[in-house]
Amino acid sequence: MITALTHLQRLEAESIHIFREVAAAFAKPVMLYSVGKDSSVLMHLAMKAFYPAKPPFPFLHVDTTWKFREMIAFRDQMAQKHGFDLLVHVNEDGVRDNINPFDHGSNTHTHVMKTVALRQALDKYGFDAAFGGARRDEEKSRAKERIFSFRNAQHVWDPKNQRPEMWKIFNTRIASGESIRVFPLSNWTELDIWQYILQENIPIVPLYFAKERPVVERDGMLILKDDDRMKLRPGETVENRLVRFRTLGCYPLTGAIESDADTLEAIVGEMLTARTSERQGRLIDRDEAGSMEKKKREGYF
Amino acid sequence: MRHIMAKSLAPTDSIRDYLAAQEKKSLLRFLTCGSVDDGKSTLIGRLLSDTKQIFEDQLAALERDSRKHGTTGDDIDFALLVDGLEAEREQGITIDVAYRFFATPKRKFIVADTPGHEQYTRNMATGASTADLAIVLIDARQGVLRQTRRHSIIASLLGIRHIVLAVNKIDLVDFDQAVFDRIVEDYGQFSRDLGFQTIVPIPMSARYGDNVSGRSDNMQWYSGPTLIEHLESVSVEEAAVEQPFRFPVQYVNRPNLDFRGFAGTIASGAIVQGDEVVVAKSGKSSHVKRIVAHGGDLKQAVAGQAITLVLDDEVEVSRGNMLVSPAARPQVADQFAANIVWFDEHALLPGRSYILRTETDQTSATVTDLKYRINVNDFAHEAAKSLEMNEVGICNISTRAPIAFDPFAENRTTGAFILIDRISNATVGAGMIVHSLRRAENIHWQSLDVGKRVRADMKNQRPAVLWFTGLSGSGKSTIANLFEKKLFATGRHTYILDGDNVRHGLNRDLGFTDADRVENIRRVAEVAKLMADAGLIVIVSFISPFSAERRMARELMADGEFIEVFVDTPFEECARRDPKGLYARALNGEIKNFTGVDSPYEAPENPEIHLKTLGKSAEEMVDALEHWLNERDIAEDQYESGGGI
Repeated sequence: MITALTHLQRLEAESIHIFREVAAAFAKPVMLYSVGKDSSVLMHLAMKAFYPAKPPFPFLHVDTTWKFREMIAFRDQMAQKHGFDLLVHVNEDGVRDNINPFDHGSNTHTHVMKTVALRQALDKYGFDAAFGGARRDEEKSRAKERIFSFRNAQHVWDPKNQRPEMWKIFNTRIASGESIRVFPLSNWTELDIWQYILQENIPIVPLYFAKERPVVERDGMLILKDDDRMKLRPGETVENRLVRFRTLGCYPLTGAIESDADTLEAIVGEMLTARTSERQGRLIDRDEAGSMEKKKREGYF
Repeated sequence: MRHIMAKSLAPTDSIRDYLAAQEKKSLLRFLTCGSVDDGKSTLIGRLLSDTKQIFEDQLAALERDSRKHGTTGDDIDFALLVDGLEAEREQGITIDVAYRFFATPKRKFIVADTPGHEQYTRNMATGASTADLAIVLIDARQGVLRQTRRHSIIASLLGIRHIVLAVNKIDLVDFDQAVFDRIVEDYGQFSRDLGFQTIVPIPMSARYGDNVSGRSDNMQWYSGPTLIEHLESVSVEEAAVEQPFRFPVQYVNRPNLDFRGFAGTIASGAIVQGDEVVVAKSGKSSHVKRIVAHGGDLKQAVAGQAITLVLDDEVEVSRGNMLVSPAARPQVADQFAANIVWFDEHALLPGRSYILRTETDQTSATVTDLKYRINVNDFAHEAAKSLEMNEVGICNISTRAPIAFDPFAENRTTGAFILIDRISNATVGAGMIVHSLRRAENIHWQSLDVGKRVRADMKNQRPAVLWFTGLSGSGKSTIANLFEKKLFATGRHTYILDGDNVRHGLNRDLGFTDADRVENIRRVAEVAKLMADAGLIVIVSFISPFSAERRMARELMADGEFIEVFVDTPFEECARRDPKGLYARALNGEIKNFTGVDSPYEAPENPEIHLKTLGKSAEEMVDALEHWLNERDIAEDQYESGGGI
């Protein structure tokens, strides 16, 4: 008989426990599905938690309209394969005003198309709990957040006044209009995620694997020219380079890395020698000091 | 900006080998605690740096921040790496617990970096609740401080059995062995009764790295392990698998009529397909038919695994119950003694009703007796009427429904609970069960043949508790008195419980502190309940200033029986009337804790009856009350005869 669980088994059990707790204690939960590798792991864990039933909540994708085309294709493919209830929300006000990352900068774009859009969607459906794939090792304000993270009726996080979170006993009580953001992957690291994807053979968006792709070097980042909405600036050229992505977001805000890692093993091998953190490729964290905390307080995941 | 990644040179096979080795690594969860400025965050920064967990872009950001907010001159301020909130970096303090991750070739670690300030003790407790080991930091120049003791006591209460005594900033006392020895001696004396299995003292300088990962050349007199060596080798594994089987049922999975699975995480022990299990609260027995998992059924499962069990037959089990080993069952009781750590700025008040949550169960609970408060400096047991924020005490607790549990000392999962405020929903306290109270086991409800309904029918009325709340002098007693006379005249059986009168007898021993006010209301509510049970219409005329206690009274009564009557007279008017001359004295400071003056009144938000008295006569109020009561009785009669549906 086994006596002690491995590191990954412990993480998996903790995440499954969290999923079930939300299903048991909340009236209307939803899972935020952002199509990235963490979302893929989250989805896999949700399937396990409720097997043989399907997860008893819908999956919500907040589409900024600037995601990589391959992400959208992968999203629809997963929804079809697993038969989960997929909701897609776009901030139509932002579309009307033509808010985009090129003209308005990452800050305004992210705020309108992601943070505000998310708040709209949560209000529209009246969700009282929302799962997200954030991990504590990603960023310093995330390292401080509870697994069950309280939001007031305006979706505001108050980092200085979080509920104590003891053992695995979660306080799921909220008043009407308030909600809880739930992070089942809180204690996973980037390496754990990859190791688990490898172990469980979890499908991920092909953009994570190295391939010749048309990229433009801009502001020190390699941006994939995913469609014609990206206009070249004077002096810029599109080059085909062997690249892949460590994280995925809006294509104009996500830098590629030059890499020949085209298998999961190679990705893990590359990670082990990495000298920079994964969020380094994300423009939105660098806008200003404490920018992630500020976005989170406003309702960003 | 670097966006070029090192080429992946390692062949696939060696990656597989590496991952296989990772897979076998054990995990240690620990926290750093101790007083403010003892260097907790600096130590974690040092650990992350020494184990190569800090990436280049993070290091660049750290150098920037160090120049802006740093407190270490030209050196990198590692504390800024973990103090992730803007407010923390600006104030140079840690407010909330941060979780950090690192690994060595031997182990993986999750560290909770917890705040030292007393006001953030609850965040330290949060970090400690999931840890197996605590690094208690001490500033070599300061020695053992009040917060060192408080954190050690909380760590001990929360079940931590392994301590590293990190005597930090040893460079600032010239690496002096005598200083180190004295602190170790002090701490050993103090912690003798805290039940720690290991205490490993290490002299170190987190800032310069002495004895953190590398052995220090500055302390030839120290021959013990470095911090990393100790963390890699200390054995904290508790044989949870050896303990009796405990499976708190978290979620009943019922996708269709053919499948009914009980989902949850095994708290202790192991289960094999075919094993007998017992439902803790009912004592009913069944067998495990299947252990369902995503990739195919399991033959067996052990503590820590999140599984789904299917039983042989249709026994009644729901969330909050427990499936357990028939040979060693948990206790099931509604009264028990527990250690409580209090988190909220509103003190714990005996008699007030809170929501009690275990891992999967939930019921309401009151503290029936606060036995004593523990002085964190000398462990003295001090008499107390309430527990203030960050205080620790031992209490008797009474729950509305029995819960299944083990003593916390035997099982950290099934012996723990939290308390939640009914109104704010804040997590106000954490509890560790010591033992059940024997009286709970021996007192069973007498089932009586003559019931409430029969008694009320005989009086040709429906029982009710009309709860008058309002400021002193608002007119409660006048209206109550007139109302009773009118009911009496129509042949109704009534009784008035008046605040002042009850304080002459039943509640003679109670004063006017918050704690006594809560107990005052609790007793009156229980008496009112007995009287309603006897079939009476009870009029309670009590200031009852706290909504939490009025809610507790409401929950004691049957549905529809509790009628909250808000006698709403503005403060200025009450003070002007001042029938007993009390406002004049209170406003002069001669009476303390006077409602409306220096003690709050929480007005009801949704009373059944709202009497605005200004400009109205007492007779008009009474007519309104009688009308309301008649309407209720008619509605209920119709409902019962089916006429109203």
